[in-house]
Amino acid sequence: MSDPLLSVRDLRLGFTAGRRAKTLLAVDGISFSVGSGETFALLGESGCGKSATAQGIMRLLPGAGRITGGSVRLAGEELLNLAEADMRRIRGARMAMIFQEPATSLNPVLTVGQQIGEVLSRHRGLAGPEAAAAMAGLLKQVGIADPERRLNEYPFQLSGGMKQRVMIAIALAGEPELLIADEPTTALDVTVQAQILDLLAGVQAARGMGLLLITHDLGVVARMANRIGVMYAGELVEVASREAFFTAPQHPYTRALFSALPEVSRRGHPLLTIPGQVPSLEAMPAGCRFADRCGQVMAVCREHSPPWREIAGGHAVRCHWQAADDGEANGSPGKRAELQSPDRHLLEVADLKVHFSIRRGILQRTVGYVKAVDGVSLALTPGRTLALVGESGCGKTTVGKAILQLIAPTGGSVRLGATELVGMKPRRLRAVRRHMQMVFQDPFASLNPRLRVGEIIAEGMAALRVGSTADHGPAVAALLAQVGLPAEAADRFPHEFSGGQRQRIAVARALAVQPELLICDEPTSALDVSVQAQILNLLKTLQEALGVAYLFITHNFAVVEYLAHDVAVMYLGRIVERGSAEEVLGNPRHPYTRALLSAVPVPRLEGRPEAIKLPGETPSPAKPPAGCHFHPRCIHASEACRRDYPAGTRVSETHTVVCHLYP
Amino acid sequence: MMGFQVVLLWSDLLIWLLVAVGIGVGVFIARNPPLLAAWRRVGASRVGMAAATVLLVFVVVGLLDSLHYRRQLDGKPGQKASYAVEVLSLLDAIAAPLRSRNEKTYSEPFATRLYAKETVDVPGRGQVREYPRLKFGGAHLGEREGEVAADVGFTAFRAAVIGVLAWLAVVAAAIGAVAWQGGVSHGEAGRRIWAGETRFAWNAVLATLAAVFLVVVPLLWLAGGYHVFGTDKVGQDVLYQVLKSVRTGLIIGLVTTLVTLPLAVLLGIVAGYFRGWVDDLIQYLYTVLNSIPGVLLIAAAVLMMQVVIDTHPQWFSTAAERADLRLLALCFILGITSWTGLCRLLRGETLKLRELEYIQAAQAFGVSSWRIIVRHILPNLMHIVIIALVMDFSGLVLAEAVLSYVGIGVDPTMVSFGTMINNARMELGREPAVWWSLAAAFAAMFILVLAANLFADAVRDAFDPRAA
Repeated sequence: MSDPLLSVRDLRLGFTAGRRAKTLLAVDGISFSVGSGETFALLGESGCGKSATAQGIMRLLPGAGRITGGSVRLAGEELLNLAEADMRRIRGARMAMIFQEPATSLNPVLTVGQQIGEVLSRHRGLAGPEAAAAMAGLLKQVGIADPERRLNEYPFQLSGGMKQRVMIAIALAGEPELLIADEPTTALDVTVQAQILDLLAGVQAARGMGLLLITHDLGVVARMANRIGVMYAGELVEVASREAFFTAPQHPYTRALFSALPEVSRRGHPLLTIPGQVPSLEAMPAGCRFADRCGQVMAVCREHSPPWREIAGGHAVRCHWQAADDGEANGSPGKRAELQSPDRHLLEVADLKVHFSIRRGILQRTVGYVKAVDGVSLALTPGRTLALVGESGCGKTTVGKAILQLIAPTGGSVRLGATELVGMKPRRLRAVRRHMQMVFQDPFASLNPRLRVGEIIAEGMAALRVGSTADHGPAVAALLAQVGLPAEAADRFPHEFSGGQRQRIAVARALAVQPELLICDEPTSALDVSVQAQILNLLKTLQEALGVAYLFITHNFAVVEYLAHDVAVMYLGRIVERGSAEEVLGNPRHPYTRALLSAVPVPRLEGRPEAIKLPGETPSPAKPPAGCHFHPRCIHASEACRRDYPAGTRVSETHTVVCHLYP
Repeated sequence: MMGFQVVLLWSDLLIWLLVAVGIGVGVFIARNPPLLAAWRRVGASRVGMAAATVLLVFVVVGLLDSLHYRRQLDGKPGQKASYAVEVLSLLDAIAAPLRSRNEKTYSEPFATRLYAKETVDVPGRGQVREYPRLKFGGAHLGEREGEVAADVGFTAFRAAVIGVLAWLAVVAAAIGAVAWQGGVSHGEAGRRIWAGETRFAWNAVLATLAAVFLVVVPLLWLAGGYHVFGTDKVGQDVLYQVLKSVRTGLIIGLVTTLVTLPLAVLLGIVAGYFRGWVDDLIQYLYTVLNSIPGVLLIAAAVLMMQVVIDTHPQWFSTAAERADLRLLALCFILGITSWTGLCRLLRGETLKLRELEYIQAAQAFGVSSWRIIVRHILPNLMHIVIIALVMDFSGLVLAEAVLSYVGIGVDPTMVSFGTMINNARMELGREPAVWWSLAAAFAAMFILVLAANLFADAVRDAFDPRAA
């Protein structure tokens, strides 16, 4: 048998740290191969060494990185002992890489054409009209309309999805045999992600390239991969074909990843979580690295690192534990501890508007408005969860901040209980702040690094004069216990905690003033799947215990399905559909909701039956399209859509949709 | 027993106040774990600690020069004590031989004769033009003027041996401290220091101290018999001038920063946090200030100040007081004109910080703006402030030299690096050139500024949040 396209054997690489130049192994002896035309997915949580592996294969490790052993062969040619000059011949020409963040992987001062041309002249010796023709061909191949014009544009003139397409075109320019894609769609919205994944699959099929896909998203794996390798703490723990992986995952870690996913079928049940976190490089356990977090841990796990065990053809696992063939014990869709919703609304938002003025010229005259939020109406009853869903830039975070009066609304009304908040005097507003709080997206930016956890949690109590200062100590301890942290945490600083623990601290801080409304702005989007499950469980138990209402701002439908009672879908500053979770998710009416739902990659073998592909991307809120904002991307668009913004239609008692299709 | 009267100059007060504040900040840091951790990282940096050692030597010289007194004049018993007009410092007392043993005019380093020919009466030969013998430089040699090199070499060697002995004593103390702290044997402690395994960069400090001892001890020893850096136009020892300049440099560096810091920090944060018209106002202010050439603005202010000082001689009882006030005024003027850079930097950083989620969380709690500034913004700007502080220090020492050179610097009676350079510049034109004043001033300034810069680098690395 001839060599596979890419063959990695026992690759070890690490990073030197400290003065003694000790090398900490980030990748510890992993082996896999990628064939031509095959997609191999490396799956794992952050900090598992996925990206380091890719950088090691390309030999693009950062300065502190060292490859300490193993071999990487590209079509039989050993790469690790090539001279740097020879390596440059291979990079770009025979293997190319796409990075996670399209916004920063293109040089902002060079045109698209110059950046593609660089690869063409370096690896294919093309210049002049030949190169121009090749570039246009490449851009067409990655689905960019009007390629000749785009070649002369700069990256800032392109949208995020378009930039990623250009990145792919640059990667393809050298006609590589192997493409390494490092989280290529993580920074993109679901509808754009679907486009890019389709593009990658299409290009791969057309060229017969090998694709090494690095991701943390089981949905993307299900959509793309032929074979999957699961990485944990620098080691591969399971390698399987797509079928075997999704039908019979063997390693406890893989199984835990699946059961940590929030899904509609798990509503009402707590999610299974993986306790703890990935061990740090300095403190790798001696035996199996997953032992400390494993539900099936045995004595042998702590002493010996498990060997590879072949289950079936091509399916191997590194675990001492033999899975019993019980299939997944996943109960029927759960009964829900349905809270009786009282008729009283806790929060009523009517026609909320937030417009930011665009100022130009010397005199800073207002020349237009960015209508970030343009007439949003919501209602939330105590103890329930309303999910506000939408892609990035649709104004959902602005809605949350405008409700909290962190941004002054331009118009409309926000009523909390019986109090109107818009236009309230700051002094009186302070008293109201007790009743509503916010949990932010990024747990690393939402805690002041210079304050102790106890001080952070007590800040709200002090500012709003909840209880006397003497009560704060016990109150902080009680709050920490409530969010599942030890009382000693109060004396430590935020940097000593992991992302999930920090988010718990942020939740405790918000709960300190006993609010009735908690606005959660993507509280899990910066976290790994297993940690996300911990936070979701926490939010759910807190709601049951305290009766807090959540306004849950998110782009993640899985979370919505798991947590929300009601859903509102936002597009370009307006709500296009709202109703109960069952109605909106089970029977979506608006074309945008349908497309969004179908674009979400599902972590299952059988994908969505039909996938609605949305062309293009969300337009700028500074210049929304005339008529229905969604019409340029809608397949059902009619003359009426181009002319008038539709009025809301009631589908049922609770379900409203804003679309001309439902008169 | 001679009596004396303590004189407290304004700048002395400020300097000792600064020392007290420094000790207070040290105590505060020791109680604040993240700050302590950051300063431990500074302590672990070898370059940083070597630079700090050198800086410490300069600071000690500066502090010795900041304890002023007036000597009691001999009077009849029972009469009211009267004091000398001259204000001396502890450094002057220690370096009394250097201060008092003035020659007539220029002499080269280690010279035994003047640099200029004079007409002297030689018994038996009438009037002769020759290089007259120095009164003090190499006087102990008597007739054996040819043996200067041998004498210097031998004396330097003896002094170096003593220096090494003194250094060994310090090493022993360091080993003792490490052994006591780590609870290990003295041998092990010594090995750790040698191998650089201690948390504090002892090996760098000791190596620097070795160099300092090897240079300073022989230099001071030789200064007893020679003018090691030569003498200036009025025959004053250049080494003495260098020592006196240190205090001037330090005051300009430190006191000016004290003036700039509150302005820059307050205005920068207020502009960045409140935005709106406050921001516009502050931005206009510093843009206007920046658009005026700095030296001209300073020159105008200094000249006005000079007029005020000259028309009010009754304010000052001694010349030293006048020179001191002029120095402080100069610091004040420099400070008023140089806060804009740091202010702009802090405004930008505050603009970034105010959008961070923890600030918004505080706003959601209704925490007052000033409390947010003090609790959330200021501590997160401290690393920039510390870095800017140390960076500015070296810039200001250099600025003083430039201003004194232009003639708008410190009082002419006050010795500073700037006045030394200014006085020496005309003599570069003569043949053979008088180079030693300039060289000594430059060398001292170079070491001071380089040490400050290296120390600033170490501080910046330690406080860089990305590295933490």
